[in-house]
Amino acid sequence: MFAVMRSQVRPAIVTLLALSVLTGLLYPLIVTGMAQLAFAHQANGSLIVRDGRPMGSELIGQPFNAPAYFWGRPSATTPFPYNAASSSGSNLGPTNPALRDAVKARVAALAHADPDNKAPVPVDLVTASASGLDPEISPAAADYQVHRVAKARGMDEATVRKLVAQCTQGRQLGMLGEPRVNVLKLNLALDAQGVR
Amino acid sequence: MTANAWGQMALYLFLLLGLAIPLGMFLAQVYEGNAGWLEIVLGPVERLIYRLCRIRPRQEMTWQCYAIALLLFNLAGCLVVYLLQRLQGLLPLNAQGLPAVGADCAFNTAVSFATNTNWQSYSGESTMSYLTQMLALTVQNFLSAASGMAVLVAMVRGFVRREMPLLGNFWVDVTRSVLYVLLPLALVLAVMLVSQGVPQTFDSYRAVPLLQSTKDSDGKPVGEQVLALGPVASQEAIKQLGTNGGGFFNVNAAHPYENPTPLSCLLEMLAILLIPAALCITFGVMVRDLRQGFAILAAMTILFAVPLVGCVVAEQHGSPALAAGAWGVDQEAHGAVAREGSPRSLGLTVDEEVPRNAQPGGNMEGKETRFGIADSAIWATATTAASNGSVNSMHDSYTPLGGLVPMWMIQLGEVSFGGAGSGLYGMLAFVIVAVFVAGLMVGRTPEYLGKKIEAYEMKMASLMILIPPLLVLGGTAVAVVCDPGRAGMGNRGAHGFSEVLYAYSSTGNNNGSAFAGLNANTVFYNVTTGLAMLVARYWLAVPALAIAGSLARKKIVPAGPGTLQTHTPLFILVLIGSVLLVGALSFIPALALGPIVEHLQMMR
Repeated sequence: MFAVMRSQVRPAIVTLLALSVLTGLLYPLIVTGMAQLAFAHQANGSLIVRDGRPMGSELIGQPFNAPAYFWGRPSATTPFPYNAASSSGSNLGPTNPALRDAVKARVAALAHADPDNKAPVPVDLVTASASGLDPEISPAAADYQVHRVAKARGMDEATVRKLVAQCTQGRQLGMLGEPRVNVLKLNLALDAQGVR
Repeated sequence: MTANAWGQMALYLFLLLGLAIPLGMFLAQVYEGNAGWLEIVLGPVERLIYRLCRIRPRQEMTWQCYAIALLLFNLAGCLVVYLLQRLQGLLPLNAQGLPAVGADCAFNTAVSFATNTNWQSYSGESTMSYLTQMLALTVQNFLSAASGMAVLVAMVRGFVRREMPLLGNFWVDVTRSVLYVLLPLALVLAVMLVSQGVPQTFDSYRAVPLLQSTKDSDGKPVGEQVLALGPVASQEAIKQLGTNGGGFFNVNAAHPYENPTPLSCLLEMLAILLIPAALCITFGVMVRDLRQGFAILAAMTILFAVPLVGCVVAEQHGSPALAAGAWGVDQEAHGAVAREGSPRSLGLTVDEEVPRNAQPGGNMEGKETRFGIADSAIWATATTAASNGSVNSMHDSYTPLGGLVPMWMIQLGEVSFGGAGSGLYGMLAFVIVAVFVAGLMVGRTPEYLGKKIEAYEMKMASLMILIPPLLVLGGTAVAVVCDPGRAGMGNRGAHGFSEVLYAYSSTGNNNGSAFAGLNANTVFYNVTTGLAMLVARYWLAVPALAIAGSLARKKIVPAGPGTLQTHTPLFILVLIGSVLLVGALSFIPALALGPIVEHLQMMR
């Protein structure tokens, strides 16, 4: 038994080393090379660049709570929302009173920012995303906020709706996932209109 | 449930089975010594490894030798992962200057990655340097998967060989699994993922300004956001293909950088179950009776598809607490439904396609907008049907019945597809039990593929089937009666119990997903779940090899008129029944205390 074990020590170490070099160094390097050549924008974090300055990432949401901006999904990251260096969900169970209180407070905050709006609140606008960094909201959640944003900016709703539509993506390949609106892109587009 | 959800589920299963069949055929060729054109490219590398190891690839091993090789290989891997974590502060490629990982967490992570569990008690972006992610975690993602596949191939050889004790060479099986299967698939998938937006860079984290500044919990203003980057795509690809599941980031594949679009989600979900499903076909080819492979694949598919529907329905139904209407939250799924079935080209403008009120609805706490309900629930079921354990939504925030599905999928032993290799060898243990029970009913000596199933095989199969429930229920029982165990719960009451039950289900079956509200990065949980992972892996893999060694020595009895047919729908039902019976009898009492009580509380 010991002889068998001794005979297997060398292959164990050599195989581990050889495959480590192959899968732990060469493989990531080759993928990096191919990615940087073929998809440099995506491989470096899908940054939104305006006038040569990075303004954020298309894929990572940012916190908004001013009436003149569209708000994204509530975020459970700490110590501040949308902390992209420390992703986290709330992990609150559906019967946890803390979840109910949080949702209630979010509904109240939305109502406070837009007292005329009596429409029911789309659920994704008052529930925390899984990553705490969700860049998107549903088209319904964007539509719910159009009245508030238009009023705060002194724009007419039709113009705001048009911008929303420009930042909306349908289901990918017509079938996959859900339709969605990119919040940061939408708010950048609003700011680019210059009316405030 | 929406028509789109049905469509997405059907598409997923169709693509999965469609890809598994050719891949399974190819895998059989790889293990029988012919990897086609890949052999021309990578053959010299393969031969170089054998020369450096000083092994003769044609020299085969007994089951004991095979098991020793497996254990030594995984032990060495475990040590390297442990040391790399403990020393990462002194090593290069640590752009964030992260310090050494604590001893208990490093032990837990080393065990977790070597056993193909990939339970995360650490938080990737704030704990692990790029070097650790690559040289420790990515490497074990390949090697633990290859180890599982090797054990399976040895077990299959046990059914094929007659009157000889040899099962193949472990080093050859591992090397060929990595070179000809995992590496090429991972390379292709990684590049596809980058095209969707998964980063692949060695640059350090990137600070960007916030458009509207915010405040942290102490009220201090925060004006920028630090984007955690890294060589994500290369790890993401193999973590799914190898049914590993440990994330580059804390929230795993819910992170927009790990899983940016619905298409990346579909690709990753396919990768999770692809190899386990393909191995059924490989089995059929290697035993020279493809029908046997299809029978097992059919049983696995049914065991997967039925709970999947349950999970989608429960999550789409949402939370009654929010449906009370008093606060005016809208949980209905709207829009896009009427447009089902009309294939839309990408060129159409958005105004025409997406109605203004389109929303996923349902229980969206802990889910991402781009995935909605259907993609989240399909992922949750797939990742727990396999031993993958990566998540794209937070299982802890699922409705009680929605969360029961992934938990029970794990508790069934991860045999409906299961881990790379480990799923099928687990299922073959259930096949042996099913054959034995059926044999008792008709009063004949049980046989499978012409091999007599006797007391020794039954004992080993029973070990493989009974050890995980023992770990799950024993671990949970200890944790809920002692203070350090209870201290970790993130929610109170029945849901807190579910968190603990899920943790031991996950580690006691080498899954790795979690009800993540549980604070598991404590000495108590790191040590107990670490031990559960070790036992769950090797006390199943070694008996599987023992069965193979015993079967290989037996004659193959020619099939007669009284032989039990093991490819018929009837046998598929018996097999499903055996899996469900063990799963139900072992776990319904515990589930009643957790998710079922919580469901009743919620409906009250």
